[in-house]
Amino acid sequence: MAARKSTQKSNVSAEDLTKFYREMLLIRRFEEKAGQLYGMGLIGGFCHLYIGQEAVVVGLEAACEEGDKRVTSYRDHGHMLACGMDPDGVMAELTGREGGYSKGKGGSMHMFSKEKHFYGGHGIVGAQVPLGAGLAFADKYQGNGRVTFTYFGDGAANQGQVYETYNMAQLWELPVVFVIENNQYAMGTSVQRSTKSPAIWKRGEAYGIAGEEVDGMNVLAVKEAGDRAVAHCRAGKGPYILEVKTYRYRGHSMSDPAKYRTREEVQKMREERDPIEQVREMLLTGGHATEEDLKAIDKEIKDIVNKSADFAKASPEPALEELWTDIYA
Amino acid sequence: MATEILMPALSPTMEEGTLAKWLVKEGDTVSSGDVLAEIETDKATMEFEAVDEGIVGKILIAEGTEGVKVNTPIAILVEEGESVEDAVASAPAASTEAPAAGAPAAPTAPAAAAAAPAAPEVDESPDYPEGTEMVTQTVREAIRDAMAEEMRADGTVFLMGEEVAEYQGAYKVSQGLLDEFGSKRVIDTPITEHGFAGIATGAAFGGLRPIVEFMTFNFAMQAIDHIINSAAKTLYMSGGQMGAPMVFRGPNGAAARVAAQHSQDYAAWYMQIPGLKVVMPYSAADAKGLMKTAIRDNNPVIFLENEILYGKSFEVPKMDDFTVPFGKAKIWRKGSDVTIVSFGIGMTYALQAADKLAEEGISAEVIDLRTLRPMDLPTVIKSVMKTNRLVTVEEGWPQGSVGSYIASEVMQQAFDYLDAPVITCTGKDVPMPYAANLEKHALITTDEVVAACKKVTYR
Ligand SMILES: Cc1ncc(C[n+]2csc(CCOP(=O)(O)OP(=O)(O)O)c2C)c(N)n1
Ligand SMILES: [Mg+2]
Repeated sequence: MAARKSTQKSNVSAEDLTKFYREMLLIRRFEEKAGQLYGMGLIGGFCHLYIGQEAVVVGLEAACEEGDKRVTSYRDHGHMLACGMDPDGVMAELTGREGGYSKGKGGSMHMFSKEKHFYGGHGIVGAQVPLGAGLAFADKYQGNGRVTFTYFGDGAANQGQVYETYNMAQLWELPVVFVIENNQYAMGTSVQRSTKSPAIWKRGEAYGIAGEEVDGMNVLAVKEAGDRAVAHCRAGKGPYILEVKTYRYRGHSMSDPAKYRTREEVQKMREERDPIEQVREMLLTGGHATEEDLKAIDKEIKDIVNKSADFAKASPEPALEELWTDIYA
Repeated sequence: MATEILMPALSPTMEEGTLAKWLVKEGDTVSSGDVLAEIETDKATMEFEAVDEGIVGKILIAEGTEGVKVNTPIAILVEEGESVEDAVASAPAASTEAPAAGAPAAPTAPAAAAAAPAAPEVDESPDYPEGTEMVTQTVREAIRDAMAEEMRADGTVFLMGEEVAEYQGAYKVSQGLLDEFGSKRVIDTPITEHGFAGIATGAAFGGLRPIVEFMTFNFAMQAIDHIINSAAKTLYMSGGQMGAPMVFRGPNGAAARVAAQHSQDYAAWYMQIPGLKVVMPYSAADAKGLMKTAIRDNNPVIFLENEILYGKSFEVPKMDDFTVPFGKAKIWRKGSDVTIVSFGIGMTYALQAADKLAEEGISAEVIDLRTLRPMDLPTVIKSVMKTNRLVTVEEGWPQGSVGSYIASEVMQQAFDYLDAPVITCTGKDVPMPYAANLEKHALITTDEVVAACKKVTYR
């Protein structure tokens, strides 16, 4: 149950590296575009970007099998793209249009895809934690061998329901991976200002839950930790905790002036730890790709993102009748 | 190709701002993520980052300019080798495709208009065929049987809660279920309402049909976030993709001498929530038939039971599969002078009052709503069109009560038929006291219902 140092050297294939690069880049470019559309007034309300945290979902999705489930908070665009949801449908939900995943009725914070086993998109900090354990409960009940990834933030980790859930998840040996995305801030409150016990994953020890800390800026380390967590769950040993150390470059939401940290702090992360740059380096120095290859990927991603923005602008607003639908099944 | 950089909206409400400071100058190369400028909104100074890469060809709005409208071009980004003049000539016109502002046209409310209605459509079919054999059962047994029948019929139905399995239920409602269905389907939880309500809701998202027992609904206040935000709203927020087919059940309202924290009636609270269905049965037959309907329903259902009613016996039809539909009130007693509407334990006072009134020659029609959402207002209105007088009875508090909602609907839909103001009989507007005499006083009484009926009939 001790924290394990993730191995830096890894026998990852060029193919996997390229895939990670492409998937992380898609999230980054998508989020930049979302920020831009927000600036143009096409996206309203709260919009929480995932820029800087891309390695977390991309690494963990690589540890998933078809049918595994995931649930997260309002900072959910990255999770949706990483699990294969259509960028057009996600962007159109951000613009509140008929072509969005929730027909425009959920918005940035509340999106779902039954088909891709993505269970939201939840706006109440911490609520997704028992929900995720409940999904795992259903899987165990049905004996289908599935695992649920339940993502939550360092701030959410202070909610009481997290520990109520830990207790029951371990008691009932539920196949759930609790992923604490520790991006070091909950809005403007740093981890240091919200807890005296900063090793958040260790709180699971009180319930007998195994876990570890992971370098969340290194997609390979995340993938390896994800493999360990999934193996633990699939073996019927109950839940597993991953505290993934990551960093968000942008404000908490679009309207965050970010006065609680210095520009230098952000700049340093970006320059020294950027998850996409790290993979880019590996691809180039490992001789797996040339600058031209990567340029081609960049172009391809840019096209996907531009297409999603075009779709999200062109898709009509939902019909007024939609106000009254989907209240009861 | 050149790109225009537009004045961004940096908060949900920003319409214009001050371009406080440029952090780049013409000729600088920028890439995505670089801070271009500082912009002051009414709330704060924010940094504005580049989205595209390129060279700052021309700055169109000088720093220090105030009142720059959102979406105004503030600079032009050009590509390597492109001249600003070419760029300006070929730059696309400023975007004007902001979405239609303001609220959508008000939809027509589904409620009926204020005009005097034609007699509303009412389902008066009997709940079971005439001549059906009846058995005497307590409400407690009826609820247990309903759960057992549905668990036999559907393997995805399971029961969880505190003391539901080995202890056989704090109020013995789940007696025998552990023996029959085993610990996989009858699950004792730790004392952790917020957590297990969330887990059950997640299990419902995942394809199961949970029945969550709250030892009493007083403790469900710790779980109400999941009941409302997670269970009730997800179908809507997901555009119909997924919801929570589940039942939250347990005793609600005052028991006896358990004082303020254990005696609250939540009928009016849950009744307000779109996405929830709310059931509050009085008789054993209704408890059984409505529980079976609740378990089969594809929505979250709040099933409000009552500790005092658990031990009360009623006739229950002996049928293989007896169900009662939601949204169908039951007329317990026909009458012509005044309509008394109640539900749950309130029916005890309503029926006793009707007996007393009959002795004095006042004929009361007594309606049991049975479900509060959907609510069978047509049956109430049809009755009021006959009696022209209405009294509502409930144990909950007066402000924002179930009765005040009914009164307002009747006023809007059948104003011309009322010969007296509606009286809403409720519990007193106080936390429940412990002392025996005070408790009695805090609750609604039969005498108060009788007095209200006399008042609206001017007797
Ligand atoms: C129950 C609840 N309390 C407060 C909020 C407002 N709020 C939204 S996000 C947030 C910070 C959460 O931070 P963290 O869990 O670290 O996640 P991050 O935003 O960093 O991804 C707060 C306080 C909320 N949505 N729900
Ligand atoms: Mg955080």
